[in-house]
Amino acid sequence: MGRTEARKRKLLVIGNGMAGARTVEEILARGGAEQFDITVFGEEPYGNYNRILLSNVLSGTQDPSEIFLNSLNWYAEKGIELRAGVRADVIARPHKAIHCDDGNWYQYDNLIIATGSRPSIPPIAALRRANGEFRPGIFVFRTLDDCHKIAEYAAKCRRAAVIGGGLLGLEAARGLLNHGLAVHVVHLMGHLMEQQLDPQAAAILRRTIEAMGIQVHLKKLTKAALGDDQVTGLAFEDGATLDCDMIVVATGITPNAEIGSRWGLVTERAIVVDDHMRTSDPEIYAVGECAQHRGRVYGLVAPLWEQTKVLADQITGTNPDATYQGSKLATKLKVMGVELVSMGVVEPDRENEDVVQFMEPRRGIYKKLVIRDGRLAGGIMLGDVSKAAYLMQAFDRDIRLPDEWLSLLFDTGAPTAEVTFAEMPDSVQICNCNGVSKGTIVRCVGGGKRSLKSVMETTRAGTGCGSCKTLVGELVEWACGGRVEDDPSVHYYVPDIPLTKTELVKAVRDRSLKSVSAVYQALADGKDEPAGKPGLASLLKIIWGDEYQDERDARFINDRVHANIQNDGTFSVVPRIYGGVTSPAELRRIADVAEKYHARMVKITGGQRIDILGIRKQDLPYVWRDLGMPSGHAYTKAFRTCKTCVGTDFCRYGLGDSVQLGIKIEKRFQGIESPHKMKLAASGCPRNCAEATVKDLGAVAVENGWQIYVGGAAGSTVRAGDLLATVKTHEEVLTLMGRFIQYYRENARYAERTYSFVQRLGIERVRAILIEDCEGEVARLDREVEAAVAAYRDPWLERSKPYEPTQFAEAGRVENHAGEFAADAVH
Amino acid sequence: MPSTDSHGKEESVWVPAGTIEQIPVGQGRCVLTGARQIALFRLRSGEVYALDAVCPHRGGPLAEGLVGRETVICPLHAFKFSLRDGRGLDNDFSVKSYPVELRDGNLFVGFPAGDGPHTVADGGA
Ligand code: SRM
Ligand SMILES: Cc1cc2nc3c(=O)[nH]c(=O)nc-3n(C[C@H](O)[C@H](O)[C@H](O)COP(=O)(O)OP(=O)(O)OC[C@H]3O[C@@H](n4cnc5c(N)ncnc54)[C@H](O)[C@@H]3O)c2cc1C
Ligand code: SF4
Ligand code: FES
Repeated sequence: MGRTEARKRKLLVIGNGMAGARTVEEILARGGAEQFDITVFGEEPYGNYNRILLSNVLSGTQDPSEIFLNSLNWYAEKGIELRAGVRADVIARPHKAIHCDDGNWYQYDNLIIATGSRPSIPPIAALRRANGEFRPGIFVFRTLDDCHKIAEYAAKCRRAAVIGGGLLGLEAARGLLNHGLAVHVVHLMGHLMEQQLDPQAAAILRRTIEAMGIQVHLKKLTKAALGDDQVTGLAFEDGATLDCDMIVVATGITPNAEIGSRWGLVTERAIVVDDHMRTSDPEIYAVGECAQHRGRVYGLVAPLWEQTKVLADQITGTNPDATYQGSKLATKLKVMGVELVSMGVVEPDRENEDVVQFMEPRRGIYKKLVIRDGRLAGGIMLGDVSKAAYLMQAFDRDIRLPDEWLSLLFDTGAPTAEVTFAEMPDSVQICNCNGVSKGTIVRCVGGGKRSLKSVMETTRAGTGCGSCKTLVGELVEWACGGRVEDDPSVHYYVPDIPLTKTELVKAVRDRSLKSVSAVYQALADGKDEPAGKPGLASLLKIIWGDEYQDERDARFINDRVHANIQNDGTFSVVPRIYGGVTSPAELRRIADVAEKYHARMVKITGGQRIDILGIRKQDLPYVWRDLGMPSGHAYTKAFRTCKTCVGTDFCRYGLGDSVQLGIKIEKRFQGIESPHKMKLAASGCPRNCAEATVKDLGAVAVENGWQIYVGGAAGSTVRAGDLLATVKTHEEVLTLMGRFIQYYRENARYAERTYSFVQRLGIERVRAILIEDCEGEVARLDREVEAAVAAYRDPWLERSKPYEPTQFAEAGRVENHAGEFAADAVH
Repeated sequence: MPSTDSHGKEESVWVPAGTIEQIPVGQGRCVLTGARQIALFRLRSGEVYALDAVCPHRGGPLAEGLVGRETVICPLHAFKFSLRDGRGLDNDFSVKSYPVELRDGNLFVGFPAGDGPHTVADGGA
């Protein structure tokens, strides 16, 4: 109205590709709409799409409509004028105006050039017609229109050749493969993707893609396209030819920089910009693949994102100090479905640089790090990029690497991947048991909880199966910015007694504390924190053996009634079936019991025995009596099972009698309590049908003996067991296993499975102690385990002599049942 | 004898809940009291507490839980509840708590008058 608004500046953007459109977004994000009237010119007749995803469009895995980043509507909503399908051809700098192929002149105050690049075409004869157009059957791969044309033509073809074995060429090849063509990739260089890969990695990639059906021809210089009207093949410098009925040329890119050089902007390989993304004309900026910064032209998107931010900071005046310093190229790509990370130098200069390298060609995995002065100079990860986040960050920020390099490539308790947490969306579920997300944990830390323990208590994260506990710990540490409060109680053996395991054992011995309640009386003013009771009971039992004073209130319900509680309050009954070998008579009794006591289900377990599920607590004693079989201890922290395979008695490959060994193992160690459960197995030959190498303890028969493995796992954690020793006889197996069991009982933490125990100690140490007897403990360990074996008593015998009158009381009917639990007498 | 602070004795109806011997020291047992399932807990300190028997989380049998101090831990997913007032200690649930009296070895649970099990048809097990 009456007020004169400050006139908005006119901003023109030439090029509506990934860099151009993103720059506009960044400008808008800085309130640029207040300062500028923006007009964008794009030669392609579309809004802005994600060029990277063209590979998926070509291969048919994504619909073109899915790859748009900014639709035509977006421009309208933001008040931006988009001239789609319009090409700029003149920059009249003295007049501050550009001319376009729609015949119009447009005035500017500021201009941004974001024209990207175009495919570069090598000198190959007979690619084009006289008028300069490509002959039918010859294509490049840069735009959405290119994709449509290739796909349409491919429908009539059987064989395609792609010239160029770089990223683009391989993506084109994958696309064509999906159209059902026989595909050949012809490459000039000695190995594929020489920009990102070294020869070994390239060889592995070649193997992988040849397995997909693509033929690779290396060191081939293409001389001419063959055929008259129709393309019929390629001719090479060495005289060879290749039949094909279409050709895609993907041999590199040339920046669209002529619009700069022709109109007087300093241009070398591309339009030269300074650290503010300005060209030699201060009113004109350039960004993306058409720009050259400090001598470098980038051909991937990550650097462009950094450039667009600086440009927007500068042009809007939001941050006049913003500078672009160049990008370290660390790229994460998907090449034909194979994950690849490539960064920095991939070939070391052997004098100053170290190389850490790992190769697993069969699985298509290759990892290589080039390390200089303790920092990452570059690297390649192909096929397995699980450790990439940390490494890319270390590379980008020039972080000093830990001294131990192995863990950089593999998960051996590796350095925390800060980037993975930063990159991880808040909604990602960290604790799968309790459904706790990253966001919840981060908010909890923000709310003042700064120790793992307090976060676990507040959110319940990590309190289910526990497999995520390490991750939760790392996340808490990350969210605290490293300022985790050391919670001394995490070192306590049980929560409310401020003593570590060693200190506690000493106090218990010194004061002769033989029951859980005595420990709480003496060491915690009688405050018996229930969560600590079972752990204390387990420890006291190992310290005192026979002298331990059992108090049933220190036991978890399963250990009070010798069965596993179910979600509906009933129990499961798993009788012992030694070595997985049963008999028709036993099976009949199991069947009868299941019917008589209305079991909800009878199930073959993963431990080679039978589970009778859904038994009422008050029926347990009668079930056990009718079965007449001992407890299988499927409910407690103790020896569980010994799985076996049929072995020499039946199997044509059998080298050792695994069934008999398994039965002997199970008879000997049944019911022995330990810090956590122990599952064992015996296999009759290295085919290992009983999976002995992923058990807490396993024996595998080899020619003339048995290998003994310890610390294997295949539950929430998967770990291959370590070979402890190879021995000759069943008796030696039993001796060594017993020795290990006793050592584990005495030295593991409560609820620590052998897989973390052995990992923590290292197998060399375990061997030194148990085989070489470096601590002179072997004889004692053998004696102690013998005593534990001798003390075994089947807990199911409590059926006729309950420990306390209401041990198996029916819920809700206590008063009617007192004293009625001598099962043999009643039923 | 112990009764929780929050329940005035005057308004309570006292219903027999068996004998103290039925509950082993340091444990809990579920007792049918009138028409209700009540979890009774006998602490090593001598105190006795009563809560509704069913865990509000997913129906776990609270009487089978580990107890100590003033806490019971549900045997199914280890949620903790205060024995005094049934409040969830590490969760937002809570269970009803009741006063208990011990007379000559016999236990009595106090229900709010008017809400006694003899009058509550739907409160049954
Ligand atoms: C019955 C059975 C599943 C089946 O139907 O086959 C089973 C059932 C249970 N397993 Fe298991 N596991 C059973 C074989 C396995 C196996 C396979 C094996 O033993 O060969 C494994 C992988 C090996 C291992 O032990 O690591 C296995 C790894 C687990 C784990 C993960 C342990 C770990 O640290 O990785 C748990 C959780 C735990 O121990 O904390 C678990 C815990 C459980 C519990 C006891 C959960 C619980 O506390 O209530 C399940 C009882 C269900 C119920 O309502 O009764 N179960 N469980 C299997 C009984 C085997 C047996 O005859 O004794
Ligand atoms: C198939 C394919 C797969 C790719 N995969 C990856 C990948 O996995 N990872 C990665 O980082 N990068 C990848 N790239 C590279 C990435 O797409 C480019 O780095 C990025 O698109 C460059 O952005 P830009 O804006 O500079 O250029 P462009 O995106 O090419 O945009 C330039 C735009 O300007 C227009 N234009 C040109 N001249 C004019 C003019 N005179 N007037 C008007 N408009 C004009 C063009 O038509 C074009 O639309 C891939 C590229 C292709 C083709
Ligand atoms: S049986 Fe094992 S795997 Fe199955 S639900 Fe239970 S704990 Fe999980
Ligand atoms: S049912 Fe009680 S904690 Fe889940």
